[in-house]
Amino acid sequence: MKREPIDQFAAEQSDERRTSVRLGSKAGHEKRTQVLHEDYADVDLLRKLAGQIKQHTLEHLDSYLEKAEEELRARGVKVHFALDAEAACQSVLDILQARGAKRLVKTKTMVSEEIELLPFLERHGVECFETDLGEFIVQLDADRPSHIVKPILHKNRREIARTFEQKGLGTYDDTPEVITRRAREFLRRKYLEADVGLSGANFVSAESGRLVLVTNEGNSRFCLAAPRCHIAVVGIEKLVPDDRSLSLFLNLLARSATGQRLSVYTEFICGARSPDAPDGPEEMHVIFLDNGRTEVLGTEYREILRCLRCGACLNVCPVYRQASGHAYRSVYPGPVGAVLSPLLAGKRFLELADLPKASTLCGACVEVCPVDIPIPDLLVRLRNRGKQEGAPSGATPSLGGFAKLASMPTAWKAALGMGKLVNHMPRAVQPGPLRAWQGERDLPAWRGGAFRSWFRKRGKKA
Amino acid sequence: MTDARDEIFARIRAALKPLEARTTLPTFDASVAIARHAQAMPDLVAAFTQALEAVHGRAFRDPTALAAWLRTKEATLGYVDPEVLAALGPAFATELTLETSFSRARVDEYHFGITRAAGAIAESGTIILDDRSTPVRLAALAPWIHIAVVPRSRIHACIPDAISALGDDANIIWCTGPSKTADVEGILIEGVHGPGEQVALIVDG
Repeated sequence: MKREPIDQFAAEQSDERRTSVRLGSKAGHEKRTQVLHEDYADVDLLRKLAGQIKQHTLEHLDSYLEKAEEELRARGVKVHFALDAEAACQSVLDILQARGAKRLVKTKTMVSEEIELLPFLERHGVECFETDLGEFIVQLDADRPSHIVKPILHKNRREIARTFEQKGLGTYDDTPEVITRRAREFLRRKYLEADVGLSGANFVSAESGRLVLVTNEGNSRFCLAAPRCHIAVVGIEKLVPDDRSLSLFLNLLARSATGQRLSVYTEFICGARSPDAPDGPEEMHVIFLDNGRTEVLGTEYREILRCLRCGACLNVCPVYRQASGHAYRSVYPGPVGAVLSPLLAGKRFLELADLPKASTLCGACVEVCPVDIPIPDLLVRLRNRGKQEGAPSGATPSLGGFAKLASMPTAWKAALGMGKLVNHMPRAVQPGPLRAWQGERDLPAWRGGAFRSWFRKRGKKA
Repeated sequence: MTDARDEIFARIRAALKPLEARTTLPTFDASVAIARHAQAMPDLVAAFTQALEAVHGRAFRDPTALAAWLRTKEATLGYVDPEVLAALGPAFATELTLETSFSRARVDEYHFGITRAAGAIAESGTIILDDRSTPVRLAALAPWIHIAVVPRSRIHACIPDAISALGDDANIIWCTGPSKTADVEGILIEGVHGPGEQVALIVDG
């Protein structure tokens, strides 16, 4: 991904892209807000409750993870653990090779993007297909998803139709229905031919070991109906204590992510098919992934691990709306990504240390978060950490000069008076930063010292 | 493999050790998550029907009306779970071709699939399928029209009730309306990879 500060990326983005992202995220936010407030008298109560349940789970993760593992093993599921991305990819490949599997279909999962699973498997000769419509289009285009829930929020129908035409999926037709039908026909064969279906999980209930998958298109069900082997790659932070708490999470997730009361498909899976059933996998594997999560767990940033990946904070964020997901140079964009991406980067923290600065700290993200993550607080802490570790300050002007000036009364008074000079200065000879600022707006007249002079005169009159 | 497992557990324990106090699991009434419209539903069949229609699904009480609707859709060839054949009655015996075994090689030929539901949820218009009731997963997924036969007594009022009744089936799926996407410019398209029509036939029992 191109290394470029967010503001620069946003400024260089085409108007077409900017419009797609702004309209898409705005519509998502409005739908979410409407359905949540229509359905619940006290949305904040639910968000805080869900946040507390997740926080509790994280702070007792050892026992919950152990319980989930035990439940899954008891149902014949093969449970694996992977310390990092490389180990997780290798683990998937080992399972495929043990079965002589060559073809894989997968449902949408952010964690597979995080560990860059598909490029890895393709290098090892496995034919892989994304089956979520948006992810499929991203795959055809060799692009990257720009939103957690709506991967092609940045694309319009014309761009997609051009891709379909280039890839031999029919002549140019940008009707959304035609695009969808063509993907349906194309992928149907792929499901039936595939040896393995791969998924993530939105939740794992420790009590029952159930993996919960929340989707809309039916692709996830196909991945788990046609192939004979199911592999789920799951971040260890996906645990919830019990089935009972799922009713709260499912209601919040669907409404926050897509403004639906319930997503079309909610799957609860804790094992392979029964031996006499004709469809479904005869073998199920779960790979629990760390990849930096335990490191985050031990820090003052652990709240970010509550995240359900609903994308509500992206949709509401004024920076995301202007910049789009690709500006964040990482798998997780938006406010949540500005926290999570630098943390998961491990030793490469400094490369992403500018992301936490790409926020106005307006707090809209925490207000919409279904698990009440204090994102602005985490962003400020991360800015501090970046400063401590010597991250370059980029284009942000230093406040050092101002601090010195403000601590010397005589110099301050002189500067207030001198400031008036700017009013008479042609724009071309003004100091650089002032000139740049006026590219889009006018500088108000300098009135420095007016208060002091008013205050002095007021004393004399009385 | 075991090494990675032990290492992850050791890391989790080391990360949590310095915590002085840990967040407790809040006690809450599962009803907090029940939406306003679902707090009082005197007639579960009516509520389920209304919620299913709200997500663009359809509910039928009468097999004859369902058979007539299938004909208007020019849906004449379908799979039917042999156990529900009797519930369909004579209306399905004419003009419609029913097969009681599902052929994986001909998935695209079936216009509809009729399977048994394990239950339903009135609050959300959801049809519940599990491996015991619907072992032929593809029959409820591949044809354009999926019809689930829902016994009236199996309709749960709300999501928390359905969660408590999950049982021990290793594969349960809740289907809430036809499969859909809004990936292309946020425009709703129904019938992506799964059914474009989700139908419930509500029967006594």
